[in-house]
Amino acid sequence: MPLRLIPRLDIKGPNLVKGIRLEGLRVLGDPAAFAARYAAEGADEIIYQDIVASLYGRNSIADLVRRTAEQVFVPLTVGGGIRSIADIQGLLRAGADKVCLNTAAVKRPAFITEAATTFGTQCVVVAIETIRQGDGRWLAFTDNGRQPTGLDARDWARRAVELGAGELLLTSVDREGTKHGFDLEFIRMLAREVEVPVVAHGGCGSAEDLIAAARLGVDGLAVASVLHYRLASITALKDALAAAAIEVRA
Amino acid sequence: MSVTVIDYGLGNLHSVLKGLAKVGVAAQVADNAEGIASAERLILPGVGAFADGMAGLRRRGQIPALRAAVAAGVPLMGICLGMQLLFDSSEEFGLHQGLGFIPGAVTRIPTGAASDGTEAARVKVPHVGWNRLHAPAGRDWAGSFLAGTAPGAWAYFVHSFRAEAADPADVLAACTYGPHRIAAAVRRGSVVGCQYHPEKSGEAGLAMLAAFGAAPSPVRSAVTAAI
Repeated sequence: MPLRLIPRLDIKGPNLVKGIRLEGLRVLGDPAAFAARYAAEGADEIIYQDIVASLYGRNSIADLVRRTAEQVFVPLTVGGGIRSIADIQGLLRAGADKVCLNTAAVKRPAFITEAATTFGTQCVVVAIETIRQGDGRWLAFTDNGRQPTGLDARDWARRAVELGAGELLLTSVDREGTKHGFDLEFIRMLAREVEVPVVAHGGCGSAEDLIAAARLGVDGLAVASVLHYRLASITALKDALAAAAIEVRA
Repeated sequence: MSVTVIDYGLGNLHSVLKGLAKVGVAAQVADNAEGIASAERLILPGVGAFADGMAGLRRRGQIPALRAAVAAGVPLMGICLGMQLLFDSSEEFGLHQGLGFIPGAVTRIPTGAASDGTEAARVKVPHVGWNRLHAPAGRDWAGSFLAGTAPGAWAYFVHSFRAEAADPADVLAACTYGPHRIAAAVRRGSVVGCQYHPEKSGEAGLAMLAAFGAAPSPVRSAVTAAI
């Protein structure tokens, strides 16, 4: 299977935003316009993450999803503030293909199972947001790294898969937006260890960062700053991956 | 030229509708039996679990209308779960009976970890991502919704279960996933299915929807019939 290269778009209200370590957000523009451009350039999927939804207990971004699905014909994963089966149904009917759960799943892990039995495991992505601790452990967080859960990230990831997660999105909050490269040690720990696909996110600054992470056996890599700030195009990144003998969709 | 998309409570209706709109195929939604009975062509979309899909169809009284449409030769396309529902049965969360339009069973993709733990045999489940469509030996896509598709074209898959057609002749296209050969598209009479999502497979996928929208139908729309 080719490695999936997935632009991740952080959404706040009507806008695409980008921060560093998920803080200090800058407004970049209309998410649907960015998504359409990325899809045309060869993005394998798109991730929308409403990064303030769970903080404010706000409703989901169904309208934006609906508008995006009018012009984007690659898969769309949507996360942020999803708390119920009805929330998921609303997003799927709006045009999302997968939903990404974090806060609600940590609060009530059975929600993962309920979502998987209703919509199929392939529809349920669980986000594992991590920050590496001084003692070398990775702990899981919610609310974009603001809220510690006390859970060991590796244990939580495995548990989420047992409960029915069909894919894991590993976000290294302490790398996110830094362009210092992926947290390779954390990725290595999980990429081949679970039986579901693993997408890594956080820290990509160059094609070399993608190649290093891809060699650890991840199934997808999510990228934000590099694309949003036009440091490289999707085409150029895929060319570099292909040149490094990593299979991508041309 | 129109397509009726079946709403049975699951599925990504919006994406399929937008895909059809993008390629200029008129579409409407049927959330009951009547809309199915008058359809020129039908699409059964799908994201969800098999049992919930069958329950949704049953609750809306849509199954007899679907059977009648298929018996009359109305083109029907199942997408993803919608394709799996076309088969006799599925073992997703227990054994469940399907629509039985295409003989065969839906089974979980083996991860290969249990029986044969070699790295080559191991695959991740769900099967998520882009994979290439190939025609099985001797199969020709001419006259099907894949007529304009180049062999080796990429399509987007996201599924944990696979349909195993009892008659290999029903498999129109296949993809390779680790040691597995997975039925990517099926066809039996006027009933077709794709395990991948044409509405999420970029330009190539949209062309497949356009081709299905032009499939010959025994039913003429009310407007056409009145002229």
